[in-house]
Amino acid sequence: MPVEPQTIHGAMFDTSELVINMGPQHPSTHGVLRVILRLDGEKVVDADVVMGYLHRGIEKLSENRNWTQIILLTDRMDYVAAATSNLGYCETVEKLLQLEVPRRARYIRTILCELQRIASHCLWVGTHAMDIGAMTVFLYAFRERELILDLFEEFCGARLTYNSMRIGGLPQDIPPGWDKKVLEFCKIMDGKIDEYETLLTHNRIWLERTKGIGVIGGPEATALGMCGPTLRGSGVARDVRKDEPYAAYDEMEFDVPIGTAGDTYDRYLVRMEEFRQSLRIIRQATEGLPEGPIVGKVPRLIKPAAGETYHAIESPKGELGYFIVSDGKSTNPYRFRVRPPSFCNLQALPRLVRGHLIADVVALIGSIDIVLGEVDR
Amino acid sequence: MAQAIAFYTIAAFILGFAVLVVTTKDTVHSVLFLVLDFLFVAALYVMLGAPFLAVIQVLVYAGGIVVLYLFVVMLVNLKRPPEAHQDPHRMSKLGLALAAAVLLELAVIVASGYARAAGPTVPAAALPVTGNTEQVGWLLYTSYLIPFEIASMLLLVAMIGAIVLAKRDI
Amino acid sequence: MIDEFVVPLLKILVVLFAGVLPAVTYMVLLERKVIAWAQSRLGPMRVGPYGVLQPVADAIKLMLKEDITPVKADRWVFTAAPIISMVPALIVYAVIPFGPTIRLFGKDVALSITDINVGLLYIVSVASVGVYGIILAGYASNSKFPLLASLRASAQLISYEVAVTLTLVSVILMSGTLSMIGIVNAQYNSGLWFAFVQPLAFVIFFIGGLAETNRAPFDLPEAEQELTGGFHTEYSGMRFALFFLAEYANMIVVSSVATTLFFGGWLRPFPNVAGLHFLDVVPSWIWFLTKSFVFLYIFIWVRATLPRYRYDQLMRLGWKVLIPLAIANLVVTGIVKVMLV
Repeated sequence: MPVEPQTIHGAMFDTSELVINMGPQHPSTHGVLRVILRLDGEKVVDADVVMGYLHRGIEKLSENRNWTQIILLTDRMDYVAAATSNLGYCETVEKLLQLEVPRRARYIRTILCELQRIASHCLWVGTHAMDIGAMTVFLYAFRERELILDLFEEFCGARLTYNSMRIGGLPQDIPPGWDKKVLEFCKIMDGKIDEYETLLTHNRIWLERTKGIGVIGGPEATALGMCGPTLRGSGVARDVRKDEPYAAYDEMEFDVPIGTAGDTYDRYLVRMEEFRQSLRIIRQATEGLPEGPIVGKVPRLIKPAAGETYHAIESPKGELGYFIVSDGKSTNPYRFRVRPPSFCNLQALPRLVRGHLIADVVALIGSIDIVLGEVDR
Repeated sequence: MAQAIAFYTIAAFILGFAVLVVTTKDTVHSVLFLVLDFLFVAALYVMLGAPFLAVIQVLVYAGGIVVLYLFVVMLVNLKRPPEAHQDPHRMSKLGLALAAAVLLELAVIVASGYARAAGPTVPAAALPVTGNTEQVGWLLYTSYLIPFEIASMLLLVAMIGAIVLAKRDI
Repeated sequence: MIDEFVVPLLKILVVLFAGVLPAVTYMVLLERKVIAWAQSRLGPMRVGPYGVLQPVADAIKLMLKEDITPVKADRWVFTAAPIISMVPALIVYAVIPFGPTIRLFGKDVALSITDINVGLLYIVSVASVGVYGIILAGYASNSKFPLLASLRASAQLISYEVAVTLTLVSVILMSGTLSMIGIVNAQYNSGLWFAFVQPLAFVIFFIGGLAETNRAPFDLPEAEQELTGGFHTEYSGMRFALFFLAEYANMIVVSSVATTLFFGGWLRPFPNVAGLHFLDVVPSWIWFLTKSFVFLYIFIWVRATLPRYRYDQLMRLGWKVLIPLAIANLVVTGIVKVMLV
């Protein structure tokens, strides 16, 4: 959409705004995202986000797939954290079916989701740091992400699109020795988080690039519909795992880090602390893994009664919600609607970049942590 | 002999580039020829036994002042075609008139004998230091201290003025 | 006749073709390898044993690339810009001393191409001419964004030149001469490398050197975040390569100058201590090259580790931090010198 440059009336001269395009092909927009920036010199006056380049019609496609087939589609929305998308969907359908999931399955689902959280945050810290110039952190973070992907590959056979949950439980039990490997990974990861922090947290250049950038207060963030670590960085204590526990989270002990200043640095600190809390949860879940079945009593043909339900979980990006309407007659959902956290967080981008410089736009896109697959579906 | 050849070659280049500076249509090319001009003038200084001045000529003139000219020229973008004047030869007529006036002045000065050999200079032996850098420094800080300080103040004022003019929020 | 023309010509040929140009080409490989090792990977490994022939492959590829000139670009300036970038980096070597006067083939040969008595100023002035390459590259591309990016890059260079020149003045105060060989001799006579006497000047010089060569953390004008690709957007093939070779050549120059001015040039550690004479078995120019190499390694190390500064923070650092510190250093040095003499 064409944007007209306005004239800026200065003290001595009148200048005209510059309208430039960032993306859709750009190394730092984390996918195909187009941002139209209106600049006054180097300062951003306004930003207009154009998305939809990755729209594949997942919600419409779901209307023609049966309930189990949709799990494959959910993988491809937030492809960085596919297990959480799977879980959200499966739990929503289980809620619609009033199905009880056995305890062992819930524990393993928790472990998978927390591993996924660490993997997603690894990617986040790597790309965010690389956008700001610290290239080495990217490779260190991906080295750890590889370890997690290896664990997932052992469990479900895939590295990116897991299809790792089924309605009522899991497709298969964990392979023998998998839980030992998970605990070993936790031990390795502890040291690596310190490595990232050494390179970034007290680095003067990092502080200058992230402190005071993109400050947003709690009430305003809530009004904009932000969620997840982006919201918690502004001081709002909202985490679906604590507020409406799902899977095995009601039996886990963990803290939810909350920021204070609402700037990029606080969002960074929140996510770094979430690394450690995820490790805590994984250790608790793995050490206390109960025996039992891994699938609940699921009917052969899944046909929920007519009705609708909304269920949300805490994905690494924020509150991932599914709203499903079943008409009780067919094996497909009548309406499948996703509330993607990245989409809602992205709405805040124009508000965040106003008044900052071009180089900050990149830092802010990284700080919001979006995945275009989720934004566009 | 070699000195003379070198001098005349360098002088020819200097004059040639100077002519190119005023006759080129493209302003940026004009500025670039000016840079080359200054570099050859620096070569002249070296020939005169003043290496310090040569290096300062390159550092300050070619490497500082002309860079500023270049910034301005590029940002102002003088690639507009020349507007049709009432008289397209107006500029050349004015130029010829001025050149004739200056030539007349020069002829008068030379003919009346006012042109002398170089004015009062400080003979090199009179200074307590040797070497071009040291001598320039000595003179600058003893005999010519006041002009030096005034020039510094002038530059400071110019800098502050530029910042005040260009700043958005004061 | 031989002394005036043949010997300097031979020295130029040796320094250029056996020294600088191979060094610059292999810097490409060195940077890729060092950054790779810092990032737990291996770097180029396929071309030649351990990737040693990678620069050769790169050079061949770049020379065979299509020579694209933008349609409305100014052809002469477009072609000249990379050359203007490269030449100053090369001609600085005329005054850098690789070693003292040694006896070679029965003649006394000074291990530097020449020694002019304003050597240090010559280096500074040549560096200031090197700015033109960047400005003209952006201009000649006939496109708004490279022009603006190049003007910003050159503004960065000019600002940090001021800080660097001020630190050089402190060194000149210590050594009393502008000649490069004179500065090394002054360090020999005083028994202490100037880095220990002027640590602040050295730090400012090094940071300024990072900014002058457009290296991380001051490389925003070249980074992708600059939305526009910087001043070399429209360049491809060998011309593009020349810009980066010029950047590496400038890095080597900064390292060599830092070695000469602050770390004793060709002097071995503790040159005045007679007990360490056994260290003399290592020739002087090897000491020089080793020390320069250490600085080159630090350049690359810094790039692998630190994030990059935003442009306004970069300029603020140069003008509000480095220049006042350099001036303060100069004033203190002057006062101490006057009090001690």
